[in-house]
Amino acid sequence: MRTLLFRSLLSAPVTMGAPKPEIADLEEVGAALTARARKLFGRSISIREVDAGSCNGCELEINALNNAVYDVERFGIRFVASPRHADVLLVTGPVTKNMKVALERTFDATPAPKWVVAVGDCAAGCGIFQASYAVVGSVADVVPVDLHIKGCPPRPIDLLRGLIALMDLATAGKRA
Amino acid sequence: MAMATDIAALLADQAPLPGHEPWPRYQVDALLWTDIGRLLGAGEGDLLGLWAERDAVHLALRAPTLPSPCVISLPVTDGAFPSIGHHHAPAIRLERAVHDLYGFIAHDAQDERPWLDHGAWGVRVPLGVPEEVSPRDPADYPMLQVRGEGLHQVPVGPVHAGIIEPGHFRFTANGETVVRLEQRLGYTHKGIDGLLTDVALPQAQRIVARVSGDSTVALSFAFARAVEAALGIAVPERAQVIRGVMAELERIANHFGDIGAIGNDASFPLIHAYCGIFRERVLAACDALFSHRLMMDEIIPGGVVQNISAAGIAELVAALDEIEPRFAQIVRLYDDTPSLQDRTCFTGIVSNELVTRWAAGGHVGRASGRDFDTRRDLAYAPYLGLTLAVPLFKSGDVDARVRVRIREVEESIRLLRRWLAALPDGEVIVNIPRIGEAREGIAMVEAFRGDVLVWLRLDADGRVARCHVRDASWFQWPLLEAAIENNIVADFPLCNKSFNCSYAGHDL
Repeated sequence: MRTLLFRSLLSAPVTMGAPKPEIADLEEVGAALTARARKLFGRSISIREVDAGSCNGCELEINALNNAVYDVERFGIRFVASPRHADVLLVTGPVTKNMKVALERTFDATPAPKWVVAVGDCAAGCGIFQASYAVVGSVADVVPVDLHIKGCPPRPIDLLRGLIALMDLATAGKRA
Repeated sequence: MAMATDIAALLADQAPLPGHEPWPRYQVDALLWTDIGRLLGAGEGDLLGLWAERDAVHLALRAPTLPSPCVISLPVTDGAFPSIGHHHAPAIRLERAVHDLYGFIAHDAQDERPWLDHGAWGVRVPLGVPEEVSPRDPADYPMLQVRGEGLHQVPVGPVHAGIIEPGHFRFTANGETVVRLEQRLGYTHKGIDGLLTDVALPQAQRIVARVSGDSTVALSFAFARAVEAALGIAVPERAQVIRGVMAELERIANHFGDIGAIGNDASFPLIHAYCGIFRERVLAACDALFSHRLMMDEIIPGGVVQNISAAGIAELVAALDEIEPRFAQIVRLYDDTPSLQDRTCFTGIVSNELVTRWAAGGHVGRASGRDFDTRRDLAYAPYLGLTLAVPLFKSGDVDARVRVRIREVEESIRLLRRWLAALPDGEVIVNIPRIGEAREGIAMVEAFRGDVLVWLRLDADGRVARCHVRDASWFQWPLLEAAIENNIVADFPLCNKSFNCSYAGHDL
C-alpha cells in the first residue's frame, strides 16, 4: 500500500490528466461554478439526491460526479445524507405513485432557500413510462422544479453544466 | 397414483405448444402445476420466473433431468391458481406481485400481503379487471411481528442516505446485532408489465432497456434474443461478437463500481478511488465507441446499432492495457490489507442451501458454491464453444462475493482481448422479417448480477402482445435478509453492496 500511495504522490492527478476537451470543459465549468457558489452560499452547496422511480441509470452518472475524474467536491458541491442538510434536491425518475409521498416529505424536510433539479428525460417528461397507471408524472407535477437536466441518462459533464445553470437562475433571483 | 419424483417424467406425455422458441412451453392443468411446484420445493429444479397475463399464469423452470429450460402455463378461469410458493418459497414474492397486478389468488399462499401495490395507484389489479379505489396510507402495511426482550427496530428508507434507489428496510436488532431484516420493495414500480402489453416492438425494446439501467446491455441482449428466437432470425457473426463486447464491458464497469463501493463502506477509500477511475475509463471508452456511456439501446433485434471501427478497437485495447495492471495492484492491496478483510471475511454469510433453493444467480450464487453461469450452462452466441472460467467460492461471505467479482473482471478482460483481436467481418444488422402469425420467444442472458430472463409473445403484425422481464434480483433480495442475520447493523452496507440487487429491476 505504501508503494501505491507513494506512486500516487509522484503522479499527476487523474482529474487534470489527459488534455481532452471533456477535461477542459470540466475546468471551465468548475471555475464558473466556484465563483457563483461562493457568492450564494459562502463556499458550498449541499445536494440531497432522491430517486423517485428511475431505472438507476441516472444514479450511476450522478455517482460518477464523486469519482476522482469529476471530483465534484473541489467545486464546493457535496452530496449529503439528509434533506435537512441540503440546499438542492436532485430528483430522478418519472415520479411513481409509490414514491410520491416520500418525495413530498423529502421536499418538505429541506429548509428554504432550496432548489430542485430534475435529472434525466423521465424526470423532465416521464419518458417512456408516461402512460402507466403507476406513474404520477414528471418531477414538476409533484414539486416545483427550478431546472431540468435532460439526457437518458445525462453525462456527468452535463450534470455539472446543469448545476452552473442553476446558479445562474438562483443569482438572477427567480426563486428564493 | 404414486407421486412422480422427476419433473421430466411429469412432462414426458405433454406436447409442447407450437410457436414457442427455443425452449418448449407446455399447457398444464392445476394438478400437474401443483406437482411441479412440489418437486421444485423438493429441490428437483430451479424456478426461473413466474408471471401472468389476463387469462393464465406462466412458470419458467430448469431441471437437471430436462434437456433445456421450459415454461409451463396454467389457464386461469376462476381468478385463482394453486400456490407454488406454498411448496417452494422463492415463488412467494412473485405470486404476491401477480396478485397485485392481475388479482389472481394463489390458493394456500402463506403470505397474502400485497407486495408491489402500496395502495397509491388509485386502482386495484390494474392489469386484470381494474377497479377504482381510494388511495391508502403507504405506511399501512403489516410488517412481520418481532417479539423478544431488549429488541429495537431501525427503519430505513424508502429515501436512503446515499445516491441509491429507494426501498424500505426494517431492522430488528438486539444491541448491535440484527435478528431480523424485513424488506419492503416496490417503490420504483412503474407498471412495466402493463407497458409491455400490446406495444410496438421498438417501444418495447426501449422500455426493456430501461428496466434496470445498470444492466441495460444484458436486458436488451435478452430481449433481442427472445425476438430472434421467436422469428427465427440469424444474427450476423460480427454483431454477435459486438454484443459480447458490450456485455463484458457492462460487467466490468459494474464490478469496478461495486468493488470500489465495498471498499468505501469499509472506510477504505483508496480502493474506491482507483475503482472509480477504472469504471470511468471503461465508460469513456464505451462513449467513444457507442456514443453512449452505458450503451443503452445499442442491441436491437436483428443485430446491433453501431459497428466498431479499427480505431475503436485500438481505443478499447488501450483502455484495457491501462486498467489491467493497475487493477492487479488494487487486488494485491485488497489481499494485503487485513483490516479490510476483517470487515469482509465471515460477514454476511449466505448458505449454499439457500442459494441453491433460490437458484440465485451471479456473484451471490457463485460465492456460495452454486456453479451456474448462463454464458456457460445455457450458452448463447458469442459464448458458444468458448472455455469460460467460472469462479466458484464456498464461504458465501462478502469477501467471497468480492473475489468472484475480481475473477470475473479478469475473465471478462481476457474475453474482450480475444474478441477484439479477431473481430469477424460482415454486417452488423439484418432486417426483421414479417411472419404473419403469432410467435413466442424466451431468452436468458448473464447480466453482471446474474441471469435475466425475457419472455415475449409477438402478434401476427409483429407487435409485442406481452413481454415479461425477470431480473436476477428477484432471487437475490430475499437472501440479503438471510445474509444480515446475526451481523451488526454497521455491516449492512457492506452486505448490501456485495449483493447490489436492483430495485428498479425488481419493482418493474
